Amino acid sequence: MGSPETTSVQAGGLQGLSNPLRFQRVADAVLPWAAGGCAIAMLLGLYLGLVWAPVDYQQGDAYRIMFVHVPAAWMAMFVYGAIALMSLIGFVWRHPLAEVAARASAPIGACFTAIALFTGSVWGKPMWGTFWVWDARLTSVLLLFFLYLGYIALHDAFEDPNRGARAASILAVVGSINLPIIKFSVDWWNTLHQPASVLRIGGPKIDPSMLWPLLVMALAFKLYYVVVLILRMRSGLIDRRIHSLRLSAGRG
Amino acid sequence: MHVARAVLGRDLRQAWRTPGDSLLAVLFFVTALTLFPLGVGPSPDVLARIASGTLWVLALLSVLLTLDQLWQEDARDGSLDLLIVSGAPLTLTVLAKTAAHWISSCLPLIVLSPVLALLLNLRPDALPVLVISLALGTPSLALIGGIGAALLIGSRRGGVLIALLVLPLYVPILIFGVGAVEAAANGLPVRPHLLLLGAILLGSLALAPIASAAALRVSQE
Repeated sequence: MGSPETTSVQAGGLQGLSNPLRFQRVADAVLPWAAGGCAIAMLLGLYLGLVWAPVDYQQGDAYRIMFVHVPAAWMAMFVYGAIALMSLIGFVWRHPLAEVAARASAPIGACFTAIALFTGSVWGKPMWGTFWVWDARLTSVLLLFFLYLGYIALHDAFEDPNRGARAASILAVVGSINLPIIKFSVDWWNTLHQPASVLRIGGPKIDPSMLWPLLVMALAFKLYYVVVLILRMRSGLIDRRIHSLRLSAGRG
Repeated sequence: MHVARAVLGRDLRQAWRTPGDSLLAVLFFVTALTLFPLGVGPSPDVLARIASGTLWVLALLSVLLTLDQLWQEDARDGSLDLLIVSGAPLTLTVLAKTAAHWISSCLPLIVLSPVLALLLNLRPDALPVLVISLALGTPSLALIGGIGAALLIGSRRGGVLIALLVLPLYVPILIFGVGAVEAAANGLPVRPHLLLLGAILLGSLALAPIASAAALRVSQE
């Protein structure tokens, strides 16, 4: 970690990005754009969703919570998928940045999952008359939340952080089996949660006036993830550096 | 292959010499079961309604409890290191150890389950399905749980954490296992549930040893 800039860096691809210094440069360049884009998309999405989009004929204004709920639920799955992918890369190629990125993503994904569960139950109360049902979609998302917690806990369960990172990587890859179960839970089990209406075969089944605010909000959430991921990866890299400095200081 | 066979034989002999260890799971199963009539009341109708779910949840928890034994002993006395460096395919060794574990701690439970089901007033026609569903489901539980146990070798807080790691992955098995027994008790077709349990078993037979082997290698780094 933290090799001086003079060491030869294999150009391009994963190897190039594995140099933390190069990552810092890329991150510094991306960060203001992502932050600015996130702010604009968030404001625009909230305006479109809360003001511009028409009132739903069936659900009234209450459906507008969808503009937070659905992007959060997408992010909950997207971030876990990203963690699984980065864990695989980190495990197979011993790519240190991928491990840092996976670890940095976990609390973000857990928060998105919690937001999706919370907004879902707030939405469920007026629509279904209950905060919670043991529906396949709801239950599988709750399990996703537990998988996030298990991943974080396993990461921190070892004296040696590298050991924790590698064990957690395996868990992340194994746990990704839950993702298709969540995605298709509404199709396999016909329960209270409505079936897929955006990402479905045959195109979105949702009016453009509601789809656009949703997509803008989804973009805002993605950019938010990028911003927080960069900030958390920076501190993660500093953590690792401190750890290795402590180790070498102890030895010397 | 011969290493796997030797491991299987050794683990079975060990379990046979100290039957108390593997019977602890059964003991837990029986003891916890007696809490349910006390907890929800002894009404036969209520017990019959919750029987399939209770039996399956308890089976799941007893498997979870015994997982600690799967690698811990070998990791402590160093034989795990030898198995890893022996050159024999580690996935096969994992399969052999899991098989021995299943035979010594899950099989007694399956054999006993019809008796316990009768205590909970489960409909007699559902008993064969209960046994079949447990026989199909518990190997998957052991295989998937083995991954979690292998990940936690040498960790600071193994015992409690394994529940958090493994239980989310157990849920599909629980759903289809209970589904099969419920279907049998209500005279509905059980085949789809059992086929899905079989599919999960085949999937975990193929994939879980790979993940466990990777986790065991990590534990030796």
